[in-house]
Amino acid sequence: MLKDITLGQFFPGDTLLHRLDPRTKLILVVVYIAALFIAKSYISYAVMVAFLILSISLSNVKIGTLLKSIKPLAIIIIITALLNIFYTPGRTIVKFWIFNITWEGLRSAAFMAARIIMLIMGTFLLTYTTSPIALTDGIEILLNPLKKIKVPVHELAMMMAIALRFIPTLIEETDKIMSAQKARGADFETGNIFARAKALVPILVPLFISSFRRADELAVAMECRCYHGGEGRTRLKQLHYQKRDYFAIAFGCLVLAAVIVLRVFGL
Amino acid sequence: MEQPLMPGQKGYSIFMEKAVIAEKLTFAYPAQDERKVSVPVFSDLNLEVEQGSFVAVLGRNGCGKSTLAKQFNAILLPSGGSVRVYGMDTSNEDLLLEVRRRVGMVFQNPDNQIVSNVVEEDVAFAPENLGVPPEEIRTRVDEALKTVGMYDKRESAPHLLSGGQKQRIAIAGVIAMEPSCIVLDEPTAMLDPQGRTDVLETVRRLNRERGVTVILITHHMREAALADRVIVMEKGAIRADGKPEDVFSQVEMMHEAGLSVPDTTELLYELRKLGYDLPLTALSSEACAEVLYEFLCGAGKERAEV
Repeated sequence: MLKDITLGQFFPGDTLLHRLDPRTKLILVVVYIAALFIAKSYISYAVMVAFLILSISLSNVKIGTLLKSIKPLAIIIIITALLNIFYTPGRTIVKFWIFNITWEGLRSAAFMAARIIMLIMGTFLLTYTTSPIALTDGIEILLNPLKKIKVPVHELAMMMAIALRFIPTLIEETDKIMSAQKARGADFETGNIFARAKALVPILVPLFISSFRRADELAVAMECRCYHGGEGRTRLKQLHYQKRDYFAIAFGCLVLAAVIVLRVFGL
Repeated sequence: MEQPLMPGQKGYSIFMEKAVIAEKLTFAYPAQDERKVSVPVFSDLNLEVEQGSFVAVLGRNGCGKSTLAKQFNAILLPSGGSVRVYGMDTSNEDLLLEVRRRVGMVFQNPDNQIVSNVVEEDVAFAPENLGVPPEEIRTRVDEALKTVGMYDKRESAPHLLSGGQKQRIAIAGVIAMEPSCIVLDEPTAMLDPQGRTDVLETVRRLNRERGVTVILITHHMREAALADRVIVMEKGAIRADGKPEDVFSQVEMMHEAGLSVPDTTELLYELRKLGYDLPLTALSSEACAEVLYEFLCGAGKERAEV
């Protein structure tokens, strides 16, 4: 049952979006987010929607899957939209009790909702088409300059990679502990929210203890395999920018430039 | 990277032919806090392991087997005496990486020694740490995976593999360092019988075909019977040391050390107790059957003569 949980879900494939260098995709996502926040007019939003649709069509990710990924955040989107509707001053359309719905409010609510939805879809498209390992590698290399100001980039990337590696192992372990506690009469399904939260303690305590033991053993095993930090380390898989990466980044920058120009001219 | 010296080369010494030399090794786990005392494990332990040999270390829980293993690649350092591997003192910090590269170590739980969530990236972990160029890492990884028979699983996720397969990946991860010696600390304790056979087969092949020194710490007498040399430990000291048939034939000593003997030896021992003159040195099932067959034939003849 716990095996259904997917974190940083990745759909393997061989589309253009899959083949792009993870660094390119990370840069593109940053550019895309920046452009989204700069965009203000109908035309610039149209440009962004076109860019998103183009990206989706270049991958094998189904629109339905992307729309589903919005679901958990639906409440946030709705609340944001409602706040925008009621609190934006301007030309009143309807007025009742203390609420005052304005023309501008509706407009900004629609824009805000569109912005959040596109933001989520764009970032999910990244994780759907990039394996977690490639993503960690990309982040490590992109953040490399920060090492100069003593940010432990390699260590952070290593921790992230190990965390990803141990997610399935710990989920399996949680399942086992739950079964063991159920076999001894533990009840996780009934009672109010507090009773259920309390019932989780006998799962969390053994899980924590075993995680610490695992961490200890893993550290020794890593030392045995000559791990001594990021210094002088090489990599099996080197990342190389291809022509398509330069094209993709150039195209992303073009879209950003277009959105900036549109905003400057107030279109 | 420092290259190992070959016989005849300048600076080569006879000590380098020994994989491990422990001299007057003394070790105690330091006290956890002031009220507690430190826990002594060994005192004045002497041990030599020949390059290319296959040594099994036996002993009941808490006799110091695993602690001894951790001395061989500088995970633990002696508190007295010295441990030298291939002529290198383990307490010399400058040689640390070379010591660990030459003496690889495989632990009991395969899950807790796999670092990456792609098999080949995990095998590449050690060479990556050693700064091996990427093209060479590729060849080493492929070769190591072929050696343990896991090449076709190179792109799988480790959590989808069986215990035996995971343990073979862990062994491949060590082979990729190109070590001269591999220490295995109860590598089969958490495996099913099939996984156990596969792992042992791999270890034996490494020893025979590549001349890798193997130090196998185990609970299973059958596994120890595969070795060239068996060391029995009791309370941090070496109780017996010799060829498997010689060690196992000392049945009373083995029982005193809290250990059993292989089923074949046990059978011959019980028969001897009943007064039948049988040798205790027949270890494998085939050899044992042979001995029994000959004995029965002999008994038949005697009866015929009478």
